[in-house]
Amino acid sequence: MNKNAANAGSGATPAGRPARLSLADWMPKIVMAPTVIAAIVCIYGYMIWTAVLSFTNSRMLPTYKFVGFDQYERLFMNDRWMVALSNLGIFGGLFILICLFLGVMLAIFLDQKIRAEGAIRTIYLYPMAISFIVTGTAWKWLLNPTNGIEKMMIELGFEDFRFNWLSDPDMVVYCLVIAAVWQASGFVMALFLAGLRGVDSEMIKAAQLDGASTITTYRRIILPSLKPVFFSALVILSHIAIKSFDLVAALTNGGPGYSSDLPANFMYAHAFTRSQIGLGAASAMVMLGCVLAILIPYLYSELRGERHE
Amino acid sequence: MSNVAKRQTSTLDKVLRIALYVCLFGMAAVYLAPFLVMLLTSLKDVEEIRSGTLLSLPSSLNFDAWSKAWSGACTGSQCEGMAPYFFNSFQIVIPAVAISTLLGALNGYVISHWKFKGSDVFFAALLVGCFIPFQVILLPMARTLGWLGIANTTTGLVMVHVVYGVAFTTLFFRNFYQSIPVELVKAARLDGAGFFTIFYRIILPVSTPIIVVTVIWQFTQIWNDFLFGVAFSGFDTQPVTVALNNLVNTSFGGKEYNVDMAAAIIAALPTLVVYILAGKYFVRGLTAGAVKG
Repeated sequence: MNKNAANAGSGATPAGRPARLSLADWMPKIVMAPTVIAAIVCIYGYMIWTAVLSFTNSRMLPTYKFVGFDQYERLFMNDRWMVALSNLGIFGGLFILICLFLGVMLAIFLDQKIRAEGAIRTIYLYPMAISFIVTGTAWKWLLNPTNGIEKMMIELGFEDFRFNWLSDPDMVVYCLVIAAVWQASGFVMALFLAGLRGVDSEMIKAAQLDGASTITTYRRIILPSLKPVFFSALVILSHIAIKSFDLVAALTNGGPGYSSDLPANFMYAHAFTRSQIGLGAASAMVMLGCVLAILIPYLYSELRGERHE
Repeated sequence: MSNVAKRQTSTLDKVLRIALYVCLFGMAAVYLAPFLVMLLTSLKDVEEIRSGTLLSLPSSLNFDAWSKAWSGACTGSQCEGMAPYFFNSFQIVIPAVAISTLLGALNGYVISHWKFKGSDVFFAALLVGCFIPFQVILLPMARTLGWLGIANTTTGLVMVHVVYGVAFTTLFFRNFYQSIPVELVKAARLDGAGFFTIFYRIILPVSTPIIVVTVIWQFTQIWNDFLFGVAFSGFDTQPVTVALNNLVNTSFGGKEYNVDMAAAIIAALPTLVVYILAGKYFVRGLTAGAVKG
């Protein structure tokens, strides 16, 4: 490392001022040091710490009596956790699919030289600027079984209209999907619109000269070239889904019962309010595992792609 | 192509075009509706809410719910409205944004123009920090804040937001500084300019767009944060999102939806204003990290 630094230094600074040379060489490292230390401790150190806690029987305070995989066993025997996991499956799956579908559709529609495109785009995207807590509060009122959308439809003449998903344990998870799609689909639209604008226009012109219809052009040429955008959107959306915590807290507070819990809420409840630190840590590690399972293939393909360029 | 055929395709085109606009404006209405309902509800009184529907107009403009939400509504055990928490959020957001942006700029500058052995590996390792679920660091961080004596304080929250925001700000600045020619910095180094001189004279003057993007991104992220707020704040240092959640879930007697909605709009207002004033930069921030790895 020293040799390397010295080489770089002699190339960069005129010889004859050795004192300054060494300071200049160290400066980048000194500047980066706080971030390096913080990242090593607060990202990797804490990850290991949580992993260690997940193998202990810690309850209200961390203790370091190791119990092997007991907490993980308890976790997967726990009905509330299994509900949270299956909710994550339903919520994540639908949220990602609907967001991708709406996002691609709206982006293609907006790409047809639309008048007032800027204004429409602004409207589609504004929910992304507000907090999930605000979104949850708003939709809690809209989906309210007695005064919300149900009442509006009845007054409009649909006497038998029933919409009580928010109080139905089997349907409440779909309320989370509705609110989350409302918040994030505009963002997916923005991603794809940026991607569409980056597609080589020569390629599109060539296809149109060959007599390809608009739909064929999109299907055969434009959409396939957006594969990287598609991939990024997928990763970001699954990331949002796995981390979802605030939306549940504000919209349903996990209820009725614990029927709309997501893993993040399970973790928070057990680690911070129910004095089950070991169990909470184990659930956090499972969440980390889910994120890594998505992230590692993505980073791998990104890095490989960069090397090919 | 005969004239008739041409006219037919153009009629079809027109119909499709109209359908397209109907679809786009319809969706715009869907996206706008929840906010409109919030606004309408916040201007009604409780009686009007009970008798009317979501989209019925208030009979008169009634700002009682707003003044109650701002300074009188109960959030948990206290009844001081959203105002104190609104200012708490600013006290957390301003230093956290300033520090994380500055650190990100310096880190990005080092990683793109003063590479040293291991700086690239470190950058990759830091990127992981953008993606970990924060549940995995909550418990150790709570212990650490306790040891440092800053549990439940604004200082503690600022520190947490800086630590976990720096990964993003570094990514933003690094991607931006990659496009500054290496020769420019090399030439300045040959002329004897030091680390900070180059940063000050060459890098910083061209950084305005990326600083705007980063500040807006960080401001939105930290203002909207709930997880760190609920886990690490004390009763009197709660950010506005935590206070809003408490307000909505506190029910003494009847539910006052008009106050809830006014409080929600108050909590959303700063980021909405930023979005409306600087939407272009906001979108750039959202897509910057995403599209180009």
